[in-house]
Amino acid sequence: MRMPGFLSSPEGRLAVIAVLVFAAMAALSPDLFLSVQNVTSMAFQFPEFAILALAMTVTMLTGGIDLSVVGVANFTSVSAALILTRFAGAGALGADAALWMLLAVGASLGLGLLAGLLNGVLVSVLGLPAILATLGSGLIFTGLAVALTGGSAVMGLPVAVAWIGNGTVAGIPVPLILFVGLAAALALLLRRTGFGLRVQMFGTNPLAARFAAIDVNGLLLRVYALSGVLAAIAGLVVMSRANSAKADYGSSYLLLAVLIAVLGGVNPYGGYGKIVGVVLAVLTMQFLSSGLNMLSVSNFARELIWGVLLIFVMILNTRTRVRTRPKPEARVP
Amino acid sequence: MARLLARNEVLVALVIVAFCILASLSDPRFLSLPTLTDLLRSSIVMTIFAVGAMLVLISGGIDVSFTAVAAFTMYVTAMVLNAAMPWMPWWGALLIGSAVGAGLGAVNAVLIAGFGLPTLIVTLGTLSVFRGFMLTFVGSRQITTLPPGMREFGRMMMLRGTNADGSFYSLHGAFLITVAVVVVTWAILQKTMLGRAIFAIGGSVESARRIGINVRGVQAFVYIYVGALAGLAGTVHASMARVANPFDLVGSELSVIAAVVLGGARLAGGYGTLTGTLLGVALIVLVQNSLIVIGIPNTWQSVTVGLLILLGTGLPAWQAQRHAARAP
Amino acid sequence: MADFITLSGVTKTYAGITALDDVGFSIGAGEAVCLAGENGSGKSTLIKILAGVEQPDRAEITFNGARQGVLTPRLSADAGVMVIFQDFSLFPNLTVAENIAFSAELGAHRRIHSAARSRTIARAALERVGVMLDPEARVETLSVAHKQLVAICRALARDARLIIMDEPTTALTDREVRGLLGIIRRLKADGVAVLFVSHKLAEVLEVCEKVVVLRNGAKVVEGPARDFDAASLTRHMTGRDVGDAPAGALASDAPVLMQVRGLSRAGAFHDIGFDLRAGEVLGISGLLGSGRTALAKALFGLVGADAGTITLGGAPVPLGDPLAAARAGIGYVPEDRLTEGLFLTQSISRNVGVGRLDAHGGGGMLDLTALWAEASDWLARLRVKAPSVEAPVRALSGGNQQRVVLARWLARAPRVLVLNGPSVGVDVGSKAEIHDIIRDLARQGLGVVVISDDLPELIGTCHRLLVMKDGTVTEMLAPTDTDETDLAHRLAS
Repeated sequence: MRMPGFLSSPEGRLAVIAVLVFAAMAALSPDLFLSVQNVTSMAFQFPEFAILALAMTVTMLTGGIDLSVVGVANFTSVSAALILTRFAGAGALGADAALWMLLAVGASLGLGLLAGLLNGVLVSVLGLPAILATLGSGLIFTGLAVALTGGSAVMGLPVAVAWIGNGTVAGIPVPLILFVGLAAALALLLRRTGFGLRVQMFGTNPLAARFAAIDVNGLLLRVYALSGVLAAIAGLVVMSRANSAKADYGSSYLLLAVLIAVLGGVNPYGGYGKIVGVVLAVLTMQFLSSGLNMLSVSNFARELIWGVLLIFVMILNTRTRVRTRPKPEARVP
Repeated sequence: MARLLARNEVLVALVIVAFCILASLSDPRFLSLPTLTDLLRSSIVMTIFAVGAMLVLISGGIDVSFTAVAAFTMYVTAMVLNAAMPWMPWWGALLIGSAVGAGLGAVNAVLIAGFGLPTLIVTLGTLSVFRGFMLTFVGSRQITTLPPGMREFGRMMMLRGTNADGSFYSLHGAFLITVAVVVVTWAILQKTMLGRAIFAIGGSVESARRIGINVRGVQAFVYIYVGALAGLAGTVHASMARVANPFDLVGSELSVIAAVVLGGARLAGGYGTLTGTLLGVALIVLVQNSLIVIGIPNTWQSVTVGLLILLGTGLPAWQAQRHAARAP
Repeated sequence: MADFITLSGVTKTYAGITALDDVGFSIGAGEAVCLAGENGSGKSTLIKILAGVEQPDRAEITFNGARQGVLTPRLSADAGVMVIFQDFSLFPNLTVAENIAFSAELGAHRRIHSAARSRTIARAALERVGVMLDPEARVETLSVAHKQLVAICRALARDARLIIMDEPTTALTDREVRGLLGIIRRLKADGVAVLFVSHKLAEVLEVCEKVVVLRNGAKVVEGPARDFDAASLTRHMTGRDVGDAPAGALASDAPVLMQVRGLSRAGAFHDIGFDLRAGEVLGISGLLGSGRTALAKALFGLVGADAGTITLGGAPVPLGDPLAAARAGIGYVPEDRLTEGLFLTQSISRNVGVGRLDAHGGGGMLDLTALWAEASDWLARLRVKAPSVEAPVRALSGGNQQRVVLARWLARAPRVLVLNGPSVGVDVGSKAEIHDIIRDLARQGLGVVVISDDLPELIGTCHRLLVMKDGTVTEMLAPTDTDETDLAHRLAS
């Protein structure tokens, strides 16, 4: 089908959808939706799942998927929370609290990195399908979080922790700053570095990447490690906002992360996707979420609308996208 | 010997035997009829799910929406029967459940066979659509008074007994439904051209098209049949639990897929056996119910299942890679 | 002999480009016909029309004297026209018996599957070709020749009257080709007609009655098979009387660039040793299964080796590691451009630039301007015809695509370039230009290894030729000492 240039890219179409959703919500409940309070609360809400969506995006660009992001986020935040409660305690203040905070954040990022590396090894060295590898490892990470906590929430974090998820700098919410920073860095990484270009080339044709002397295993290791670290950052934001950590926080975020990535125009078969698109998708979802909330639509209806949106966008993108990768038919040697 | 060990069925069977030996060493009462009937009872619904999930994997796809189909179906069936057809006998309730499930499966079929969308993402989407639709428009409070037909079915036992210590054990009649599902699916897969075509499109879609297999038709059948099985499983689940809780079942889809994959079905399609699937379910059910018996706390359940998935799929994948590296 | 099928005036155009222009010939029952032509000559279009997959713009087709209207896959299959594609289109996960019986059972509108009936059908078909395979074996475990056999049996089980074989010999060893010929003779005696479609048919000439040669969509010659040989077939297919003149001798003082010693890999090749000198084009040929492809890949580390050494300019190159090979200055242009060489949906400039990311990535950030400028420069030097370097590489013709892959490696300034089938699937004009590029590269001091089964190409571009058989180098020749017929003979013997 022929479309004006702007609408021929998934990002262009998405920008229109985002504006339409925003306009619709603003029209339906102008006083609430456009209020300063709503805009600020939106800015606090979306970064946690938006960062998970960034993690999903990187792996999808290679034609893989990371179903373990929520597991990693919970496992790493539970670990951080345990460090904070065991050693610092709720009353910790000043330099003491800062030191333990630093340690806990470091530990969670480090564990996220290790978790991601494990996924990377499973996918690259052992050659497991990404769906199975991350499904299995996701269960392990969630399971470890359960085993560490017995399934209950870890509470009593130092007050300073709340800053990550609830603080502001010059009036701008810290989680928003985090997300914008990560998205910008990732966009730069994907568009302007050798690593980013290689990721896209690999996603387009993994075999040709090998024949072009790209270090395929190293690339996958780094991609999944990156995804693990991003998931850990999301976990910290969730922990801070909830002022606790638990093995089953954010279980609906997995679907949401996949949805956002696909909505953002990332090709689930790999090779195509832009951070701009993902950011637009995040905004669309948040407008939709908040707006529906104002209209007192239940959480369940939101899930329904997400699902419908995901399928609708898939149909739209597939119908306009020419098959990207030749099917790997068994070839005669 | 090495080839035998490379088969998932054999590996899983060995793990099950080892598990049972360990369990009976630490608790001599483990190997007993009550334990067996307990485990069988816990595996009734999961087996029906797993048979469906296996069919999808053989055809080269993946379906994660079946638990939502089941929850939707059992809730709607209970509600509709209560409201309009309380006279419906138990078998009628099961048939209606299957039909509702098939209808939801048809939605997946249209999106996958019709539009050619990737199966994982479509079914992730329909999972939340079905669930969201039910909870928003049908209801979100559990139905504690089931229609008479489902209540009747819930009380059916095919085996009852008393232990030496005076405790009771029993096997639910729904076990026969599971047996029937396995037999019917076996017949479809092994005795009909349709079943062979499911294997064929899993082996190579392109070849299937070239020799004139109606690929879309076969795919549509798979997703509708799996929907019907999920609907049946949901209705059985509600009957046995004597309550239709709309929040049940969803969330267990990954363990079901884990069981099927452990049993040797491949994500790439074309491979999968009922024996393997049944063994896989048996292992997962053992882990879910009796981990504590062999001295592992139940909080480690999900770690154990995750490790089993990685081992069960990692070992064959690793062997295949080594084999490929040796080939010229 | 009554004609089973006659074609006349077959014409087909795609978006203004004529794929087939007024082609006509006939095949009698029990007759074998060679349809020869290079890639792009219109062979595949003709197969698709016969199979009912594509509709011609204009054609008169008769089966058994009956005029056909619009052909559909169904109608063609019911008339007994069966195509065996190059990949055989089998189901690796099913048994031999089921693979053979599947389409016959579909054709008979069966709903119920019976393993016993499948076995009976399979046995009957296997008996007709006179080979016994285990009907219960899974097809994935079979050799290429046996897979082909299963595909033939599948066609027979569906009452094939005409079997069209697309590139039937490319994947077969010499002995397997003999086996195939035996089977074809049996089929012919049985009244089954065979149409071989290929760009190298010298091997099957002896069982054929007739040869039809296509070039650029038109029939250039048709005649009895006994009037043709390898050389004349090539001449008709390419339209050139003689191949390129043999390359001149290499200056004897050219320094040795790459040394290969005792390179072995179990089951693939054994004790391979040669020197490659600066400015030399070394040809390696051999039938499929001779180990030439594995050797080519081993030179670039894509497959490992059990023993032996490769040194480049005196320094050893680690084996089995493409990254190390590339760093050492070896480049590799793969055989299958579409699946191994190109990133089809990515831009032309990215496809070239992907090899130079490190060189332009100082300080982490890529210097994109320099990267694209360099890529454009190489595309211009290789005279790639493209609307824009930002267009997806998919939009290019085969010859231009091959140059894109070449440009990717040349931009890295390699010292040795391994070219696996450099002109496969490239039109005649581009082929000559690619040969010029190869000769030019050698003149600039590069060492070039050309792996090919295109004999005129080898003779026309190489300074020396290695002939491989059963994993070892059996002969080393100068192209001036041989010609196509002689070389074909040496390869096959």
